Order: sequence, then structure tokens, then C-alpha cells
Amino acid sequence: MWQILREIARTGRRTEPAPAPATAWRDETRQLHHDIFDVLGRALAIRHVDAGSCNGCELEIHALANAYYNIEGLGIRFVASPRHADLLLVTGPVSANMVVALERTWQATPDPKLVVAVGDCGCSGGVFGESYACRGRVANVIPVDVTIPGCPPPPIDLLRGILAAVRQR
Amino acid sequence: MRLPGIDLELERQCAPLPVFAAAVTQAQWSVLAERVADLDGQLATLWAHTMTSAPSINAAYHLREGLLVASLALDDGRTYPDVAALFPAALRLQRAAHDLSGVRANGALDQRPWLRHAAWPAGWYPLCAAPGAAAPGALEPDDYAFVEVAGDGVHEIPVGPVHAGIIEPGHFRFSVVGEKVLRLEARLGYTHKGIAQRFVGLDLASGARVAARVSGDSTVAYGWAYAMAAEGLGGVSPPERAQWLRALLLERERVANHLGDIGAVGNDAAFTFVQTQFALLREEWQRLSHTVFGHRLLMDLVVPGGVARDIDAAAVAALRRQHDAVATTAGRLRRIFDEHAGLQDRLVTTGHISTDIARRLGLTGMAARASGLARDLRADHAWNPYAMLDCRCITQRGGDVAARVAQRFDEMFESLSLQHKLLLGMPPGPTMTTVPDIADRRGFGWVEGWRGPVLVALETAADGRLARAHCHDPSWQNWPALEHAVMGNIVADFPLINKSFNLSYAGHDL
Repeated sequence: MWQILREIARTGRRTEPAPAPATAWRDETRQLHHDIFDVLGRALAIRHVDAGSCNGCELEIHALANAYYNIEGLGIRFVASPRHADLLLVTGPVSANMVVALERTWQATPDPKLVVAVGDCGCSGGVFGESYACRGRVANVIPVDVTIPGCPPPPIDLLRGILAAVRQR
Repeated sequence: MRLPGIDLELERQCAPLPVFAAAVTQAQWSVLAERVADLDGQLATLWAHTMTSAPSINAAYHLREGLLVASLALDDGRTYPDVAALFPAALRLQRAAHDLSGVRANGALDQRPWLRHAAWPAGWYPLCAAPGAAAPGALEPDDYAFVEVAGDGVHEIPVGPVHAGIIEPGHFRFSVVGEKVLRLEARLGYTHKGIAQRFVGLDLASGARVAARVSGDSTVAYGWAYAMAAEGLGGVSPPERAQWLRALLLERERVANHLGDIGAVGNDAAFTFVQTQFALLREEWQRLSHTVFGHRLLMDLVVPGGVARDIDAAAVAALRRQHDAVATTAGRLRRIFDEHAGLQDRLVTTGHISTDIARRLGLTGMAARASGLARDLRADHAWNPYAMLDCRCITQRGGDVAARVAQRFDEMFESLSLQHKLLLGMPPGPTMTTVPDIADRRGFGWVEGWRGPVLVALETAADGRLARAHCHDPSWQNWPALEHAVMGNIVADFPLINKSFNLSYAGHDL
């Protein structure tokens, strides 16, 4: 036990300050739910859905939980069910085999809900585009509020995009 | 390479590892499979090439002497003899080849669709249609025939495709009695993006960007295998410095994945301390990757002809400092990990795969070595620069989750020492050469990624563009082995077993 405590003391605090929201990534054609922030306060529950990604975005979403970004310290947590979620974080070009699962997950998320599309694939279809097996960007399947570009977006950009979805400024 | 009892004309391919190719007849196709099985060889991959006037089915076998690619010309019936009776790993590959290309294995036990769910109709084959063609018809409801387990008190737990954590999509059907898992059947294919069709018609440089996105956690391994195949096809070798930089990148990718997964195994046993510590190490590792190479996951750095970015003396110093720091901290953490009785109690004997089962199922890569199979391309067929580094093949005998964690620790420390040697011995010189687009050629790339051997086979058309690109992930072999490892364990141990393998969905579904 003392070894563990010594290691914790040696590590110290590593958490860095949160970035400003990237308001430019908000979808302009769709009006943001400005009241959500008031309703939710600073707390937010996220359900992640991989709709066909290469797993690169997943690695960076995982990194949000490390002590440097400390996403739970900002009141944001990942939940196991869409029924507990305020926001869907969707990665990948939507594969045809995931269309039904993505639509059902979206329907299972209670209103008012937000959708953030992650990565170049989620924003535009990326290198995979649209094909017999691929529906391209997330917005082709469900309504999207914010898109976060990058291949994959680094954790700090994920944080900027998530904050842009829920904060007014 | 010589195979007793079968007369084949083997043609050595232009590749840094020993790769041979041979055209076979229907009779030879089956005899060859038997010979390979007798010689303790394994199936490396299997794919069909139907976008040509001479359609073929291809099997690549992993033998002690290297890789043997057998191609069988398909007649109008588009059938070939089953090899899954000898190599169980072939079963899903054969089903996938049917879904994509309409070729069928005669006598195979399982003919259910695999990658085709409901997105395209039966009888329509994406790799027989024109490149970019959309599937005819609308989405139909999907009804997959899972194997049912009968008996008193048996019930099913369906999980996925959307999982509870931050994971890729797939469906797991557990048949359980009480807490005990009698059978696990995985259904994959949810992330199928039509990558094989996407490659068709691309030039070699554009194809590299797609190959780098087959499985994000193995982007360097795919990048290198693709580049190796493209260079073999063009008949060129990358400059020596580029080879050393590629190995440095591949080893960096290996360490990043082990850092992430060792912590995650601890987390799944509710020991969050190790998760926190290893996540910090991984984050620092990725940050330096960004500083030195410009990308946190090292994407698009290995390209046909060489590497896209060189390093300077300051970068070498920073990398060496990090190697030392990670070795020290991870060494301390390993002692805590190993001495924690409550944690070890969850890992030892959990998710066991014996050496015999591993051999019979064709288990490959890091997981196979944890079950006592000494196979590592970096040691067995050491190509440059591994040939100059004295790379050891590390194994364990346990075959359980604890052994796979120990294997990951050992491979991580070995990799750090390899990186140290790479930085010390890196030759000066250019990092890029030109790769010509040559028409109607084949090329093969074969690289030991962190999970296991990644294989890329390329073929160009008359215009020098890609006619077919086949990417193979070691997850194809290891997913069925994972199903075996779970049998007899309790449901709550599945996350631990799963994470100890951490197989790729994207790399498998393509």
C-alpha cells in the first residue's frame, strides 16, 4: 500500500486548465439549444457511439479521461446507456451496418439532446467517403450540432468541441 | 523454400522478408494446405481477387521459411476447396470472401454471411461490381442465425453492437448458466466500410492514406506493410535511414498500445490506480510523438518510398530521455502490479489458452507468444534494421490474462531497448526514394505490429493504379480464439479477457 501512496505523491497533480469552447465549430444551419446549459448547469453525460471509425478517434476520446485533461473534473462523464445521456459523441463515417444501431441510439437519448460528430470521417466521410458500405458523414444519418475536425482530433480539440456544444460563449 | 510431396514452382518476391508465390491447381490447393499443416505452418490470410479477367482465390501460409502465397485461378463456377477443416481461422475469411466476391469454399461447415448484414442484398458482390457502385435495393431487416445453446437454465446475454464503454462496435452473444459462460459467439462486420473497394483505382500514394486508417491503433504497422508492398511492386528499396526510422515508429506504436492496455486491464479489475498512472505515461508518450513526428498516433509518416519526416539531434535526446523515464516508472509500476494479490487473483488462470489450442486455432502475434508459441517476424525473419538489432522473441507459458499482461510488460521493455539501439545506430542519409507505378504487378508487405503480423497484398492494373489491395489484421485469427478463452469463465471476467487481447474491429471488418 505504501508503494501505491508513494507513487501517487510522486505523480502529484497533472491536470491542466480547460480550453475555451471552439464556437466556430458549431453547426451554423442548426440553432443550438441555448437553454441546455441552463438546464444542465456544468454537468454533462456523454454516450460515445463508434459508427464505423478506424479506432483512432476512440484512442483520443479515451485520453480525455487521463489526469492531464481530467474531463470528469469539468463535470463531464461518459455513461453506459443513451438513456442516461445528454450528448452523443459519434465517430467514424457511418457504416451501412451501423445505421440502424446509430438511429436507435439517437432515438433512445432523451430530448433535449446534442450530437457532436468527431473527426474528419464524422465531419465529411474522410478518406472513406460514401459507398455501398458507407453513408459518409454523421449528419447524413442523424442531426448534428457540432463537428470536430482532425484525423483524429487531439483531446484538447475534443474538449473544445464538447464545450462548444454546451456553453453559450 | 521447399515443400516435400508437392511440385510447385515457387517464385521469390521482391520483399525484405522471404515471400514466395506460386500458381496452383485445384488438386494442389488442397494438397498444399495439408503439407503446410503437417509442417506446423499456419494460414496467414485468404482473399479473392475477382476484379480482373482472371479471377483467383489466394491463400498465404506462414511457414518457418517465410510466407508462401498460393493463387488458384477460379473457373466460372467460382468455387474452391475448403481449407478451414485444417485451418479454423480460414472459416470467417472464406465467408468474407464470399460476401465480397461471390466465391464459395466447397465443403465448408459454415456458409452464413459474415461481413454482409443487411446493407446489400445476397447475390450482389461489391468486388465484382464497378468501383464506386452503390448497392442495389433498400436496407432489409437483419436476422443472423446465432448458434443456440439448449439445456436447463441456459440463457443468452446479448451485448452490442453499441457497447457500454468507449469501444468499437460488435455484437457478443453469451450463452450462460448462472454466472458461467458456456459459449460466446461474436458477430462482427459492423464497421465494414468497403475498404477493399475503396482502394480500387487509387494511385499508390493515395492508397497509403487509406491503409493508414485500416486500424488506427496499428497505423504504423499498416503504413509500413503497405509501403513494403508498394516498394516490392515497384522493385525499389527505401533508403537505409528510412528503414531505421520506420522501426523506431513501429516500436513507438507498440509501447503506446501496451501502456494503454496494461492500465486498462487493471481498470477492468477495479484497480484504477494503475489505469491513472499508465494513462499519464501514454499521454506523455503521445505528446512527444506529436512534438517529434507531428502526429500523436504517428499517422501518415510511413509512406511508399520512405518516411515523411526526419529527426534531428534534439529529437534524439528528447526520445532517449523519455525511454529512460518510461522504463523507470513502468518498472516501479510493474512491481506494484505483480505484488497486488487482489489484482493477480483476477488475472491468473482467467481466459486461458493452452499452447496446443493456440496452435490448433492458429493464434498469432503477442497473444500466441503469451501461450508459448515462439513466433515473431522481427526475430524469425529479421529484415532491416531488425537484422542488425539482435531482436529476441519473448514468450510466456501461462496463456492466461496474467501471461498476456506479463508478455506486454516484457515486450514493452524489450521494445524500449530496441529503440535505444535504433537511436544509437541510426545511419545518416536521405529518407525518401521514388516508387514507380508499374502495371500488372503484385507486391507483398508483412510486418510484426504490436498485436501480431499485419499483411498487405497489392496488385496493380494496366494503368499502374491499384486493382486490388488486401489488408489483413491478426485479429482475424485471434477473435475465434478469444471466444474459446472465455468458455468456462464468469461473465464479469469477459472485459478483462477481452482487454488482455484488445483485438481490432476496424482492422477485421474493413
